[in-house]
Amino acid sequence: MTTEKEKITESNVNGNNGNNNIELELEHNFRVISPGRMVAKRFFKSRLSVAGLIMIIFVFLFSFVGPLIVDATWGYKENQVFKIERVSDMFTTADFTGPDGMKYTYYDKSQTVITFKAPPSKDHWLGTDTSGFDIFTRLMYGGRISLVISFIVIFLETFIGIIMGGLAGYFGDWVDLLIMRLVDIFSSLPTLPILLVLSATISSIEAIPPEHRIYYLMAFITLLGWTGVARIVRGQILMLREQEYMMAATTTGISSLHKIFRHLIPNTMPQLIVTATLGLGGVILYESTLSFLGIGVPFPRAAWGSMIALADPAKGQDILANYPNMWVPAGILIVVTVLGFSFIGDGLRDAFDPRMKR
Amino acid sequence: MASMENIKKENDYILEVRNLKKYYPLSRFSLGKSRAYVKAVDDVSFKIKRGTTMGLVGESGCGKTTVGRSILRLHDITGGQVIFDGQDLAKIPPSKLRKMRPQMQMIFQDPYSSLSPRMPVGEIIGEAVKEHKIVPKSEYRSHILKVMRDCGLQPQYFYRYPHEFSGGQRQRISIARAVALKPKFIICDEPLSALDVSIQAQIINLMKDLQERYGYTYLFISHDLSVVEYISDTIGVMYLGSMVEIGDKKRIFDNPMHPYTKALLSAVPISDPDVKMNRIILSGDIPSPVNPPSGCKFRTRCQHCMDICSREVPKLKEYEEGHMVACHLYSQD
Amino acid sequence: MGLKNFFERKKIEGVDNTMYLTLREERRISKENNRIIKYYERQKARKNVPEEEYLTQMRDPNNVVEFDNLHTYFFTDVGTVKSVNGVTFDVPIGKTVGMVGESGCGKSVTSLSLMQLVQAPTGQIVEGSIRYQAGDGKCYDIPKVPKDRMLKLRGKEISMIFQEPMTSLNPVFRIGEQMDEVILLHEEGATPEIAKERSIAMLKSVGIPMPDKIYTKYPHELSGGMRQRVMIAMALLCNPRLIIADEPTTALDVTIQAQILELLREVKERINGSIMLITHDLGVIAEMADLVVVMYAGRIIEKGTVREIFHDPKHPYTIGLMRSKPSGKLKDNRLYSIKGQVPNPINMPDHCYFLNRCDMAMDICHGEYPKMIQYSPTHFAACYLCGESSFPKNDLAKE
Repeated sequence: MTTEKEKITESNVNGNNGNNNIELELEHNFRVISPGRMVAKRFFKSRLSVAGLIMIIFVFLFSFVGPLIVDATWGYKENQVFKIERVSDMFTTADFTGPDGMKYTYYDKSQTVITFKAPPSKDHWLGTDTSGFDIFTRLMYGGRISLVISFIVIFLETFIGIIMGGLAGYFGDWVDLLIMRLVDIFSSLPTLPILLVLSATISSIEAIPPEHRIYYLMAFITLLGWTGVARIVRGQILMLREQEYMMAATTTGISSLHKIFRHLIPNTMPQLIVTATLGLGGVILYESTLSFLGIGVPFPRAAWGSMIALADPAKGQDILANYPNMWVPAGILIVVTVLGFSFIGDGLRDAFDPRMKR
Repeated sequence: MASMENIKKENDYILEVRNLKKYYPLSRFSLGKSRAYVKAVDDVSFKIKRGTTMGLVGESGCGKTTVGRSILRLHDITGGQVIFDGQDLAKIPPSKLRKMRPQMQMIFQDPYSSLSPRMPVGEIIGEAVKEHKIVPKSEYRSHILKVMRDCGLQPQYFYRYPHEFSGGQRQRISIARAVALKPKFIICDEPLSALDVSIQAQIINLMKDLQERYGYTYLFISHDLSVVEYISDTIGVMYLGSMVEIGDKKRIFDNPMHPYTKALLSAVPISDPDVKMNRIILSGDIPSPVNPPSGCKFRTRCQHCMDICSREVPKLKEYEEGHMVACHLYSQD
Repeated sequence: MGLKNFFERKKIEGVDNTMYLTLREERRISKENNRIIKYYERQKARKNVPEEEYLTQMRDPNNVVEFDNLHTYFFTDVGTVKSVNGVTFDVPIGKTVGMVGESGCGKSVTSLSLMQLVQAPTGQIVEGSIRYQAGDGKCYDIPKVPKDRMLKLRGKEISMIFQEPMTSLNPVFRIGEQMDEVILLHEEGATPEIAKERSIAMLKSVGIPMPDKIYTKYPHELSGGMRQRVMIAMALLCNPRLIIADEPTTALDVTIQAQILELLREVKERINGSIMLITHDLGVIAEMADLVVVMYAGRIIEKGTVREIFHDPKHPYTIGLMRSKPSGKLKDNRLYSIKGQVPNPINMPDHCYFLNRCDMAMDICHGEYPKMIQYSPTHFAACYLCGESSFPKNDLAKE
């Protein structure tokens, strides 16, 4: 009885007893592009995303491989002071009223020897700065710290965001209400003023060494930054929850934990990668801003923001006007990095989005 | 003695739905008493015999899908009982319900959204098998491969992803996922409507074969009368959240009593250019379930509407053995 | 998980990775596609095309549209999809032509080719002609008609009814605005008042109760059946000569479907136009169509009058399609089903495309694709099964 049934099913279902070869031939003729390759293909189709990728690769090589090369060839370190003596003309002028009531101008030309602020040369491609550090080398170390910090921050932000957003989206109801109000509160806090206050507070605590200050500040940025990720994850999960495969998971009696971590989260991944990439640029900007304000990475260590801060007009126009080699490269690097991450993020979004398929 | 017989008779039915109600509140946060409801399912009762197929027909928005989901408790129900194998599903705590889930499975309408896109086929089918330990670990793989073979899937599909398959193949995967859990009862929620005609026939045959081999009970929800006629033993016709006619397939098709059933049957296009049938064309659209007509819900589109129809809700009454109709045309006594 | 899969893959017999294209093949396809697409896009971008280039002569003046050896290909990333692969058939004036076939068989693409709406740049008409006889007596070869000229034909002389009435009406405009726009666009000298009057009259004529009320509503306020009526009213606004109805009732309920089909029949009588009815439902075809075209994998496998197709189908696919529809007659027997899957129309080998699913395949079927064989003045089928034409060519006058 069973065998007969089996036969019926087999013949009906696989049904191509005689035509197996043709079936195979057809299957061989029709081949698809694997999903991963499809994404890569769409990503590389866009010139901008390729440009972004090149920019970011450059910045990475520059910051992580660069210092090693510099160290090996010249033996330059981050905080090595180079005293390069050069003779510089110094003009001083002064106006004064003479005893005869006439106005006079006093000119004095003298020569001094300056050991810092060396102009670009063969040994120091971008010269040295006000403390005698090699600017080119410090750009590399500055990039290192910016990139490392931003990656850590984004990773933590995404991690917290996934958990909170996932809980809110999956359980809904009061859990959702609670978490989303928390998100509202966090995202309505003014970040920069609080950071300034916090920085002052941390500086006054003696137990915390100044070079650790930036980590505390970044931890705080993380604490405020997860809200964006949480919102996205929640939205995605609310949408995915209505998909029939989630209902299928319920009917097969799969536990909530598995449903969240094996069905929902993997499906939100593409979106998350995009937001994380776009977010990297933002964190780098934050870090630079803090360093520029002097509350970020503390002095002897290099940071792009604090390098630009040398040109702060409040401290005099001299550097801003006469030493572009000190601050322009750092600015360019910040722009390149942030733009690069944005381009990659946009490219990824288009590549992941199946609707963009032409 | 009589009670013993009763119990035996009760056991013949794998599922009994009694006065099932599912209302959706229109506004979630409205205060006071005057809350408006959409009565998606309003007082529906039926029984399904073990090993048979019941077809549930009706137009979109008539609540047939809601009935299916209520039975599986995919959402909470407003009232009524769902008795599955002697247990009232509406009262079982969630943790116990989860343990029972493998016994009743569902096949979904859309083969594209019912399979998780980031899981290989083998895992889609086997995930819950592992979780519920349906088979011992050593037999896991052979069990999955056997189920796949039963459902007409080649073993080499095991590690492929759903996007590589056509609609018909995906529906087979969906069926395999349900069958792998060795269920007793399967709800099929419009499993054919997204498929091509030639593939539909394959899937129908597959479902029939599986039923014959493993003795499944089906609740087959569909809007396609010809498919329901082919696969079902009993048929329930729903209109706007209520059951208007229920009975054996033969009785319903040979002798439809409710005017809606008659219209529905006559509206099916026949694949023969020379047969010109007397079609009952219903005027108008299905009324909104938010504000259904008073009395008989069908009266706004009914040719035989009488005074009494707007006043009284007709009750479902048995007119012949195994044939119940809710209509004032037939005496309500 | 991915890594584990990778290693376990090999344990199951028959698993191979040949289903994925290699990088080199993929590059080759892209390169070729770009070249071809560029060529066709340049053709289309030409300005001031002289009229002689796209005016032609109809083969038979009783036809409104003649498809002649039409090839519409899609140049996709995985290869060239021959969606429409040499389709030839006529749409006579005042007749309904039903096109049946499964999803992806090219029936929709055929109609989109007629409207020049094939999704460019991947989709291109690469060969063949579509001759259209316009109301002014001119005869256009649609694939060659420049874009600006096409705008005047589309919507006015040929209109289209889509499957999903919700997505084919713009949700942010009122019904009335959308209808008036059509009139104002195509009718010279139409004023908003005239347009409104016409729109309301048209809504009334498709059986919409209280048309002036519906005129001011938004699409989402109407039911599916209502929306489809509005779509039909819109399609009729400019007295079209041809209506293309692409699965007009698939999204509707049976009782509403009956209403809409009734309406379509009535409308056709009224305007004396032709209808191209695309559907997968044989029942709908049997009821509505005069002529039937059965398509499979981009080719026409059988065409004829509705009676010939339903009472005397020749091609095994047509026969299988009829038999696989459950009906009251074969209650307890097993339902017949065509085995296997529709082949994917990429790199199709040169034999009958139905070969792998055919119950009656013979040795000859492994040879080249069968030619169309004529059985009666109207009945054609592409299959070796019935041998040489049983219909003598010189007998055309008979019937």
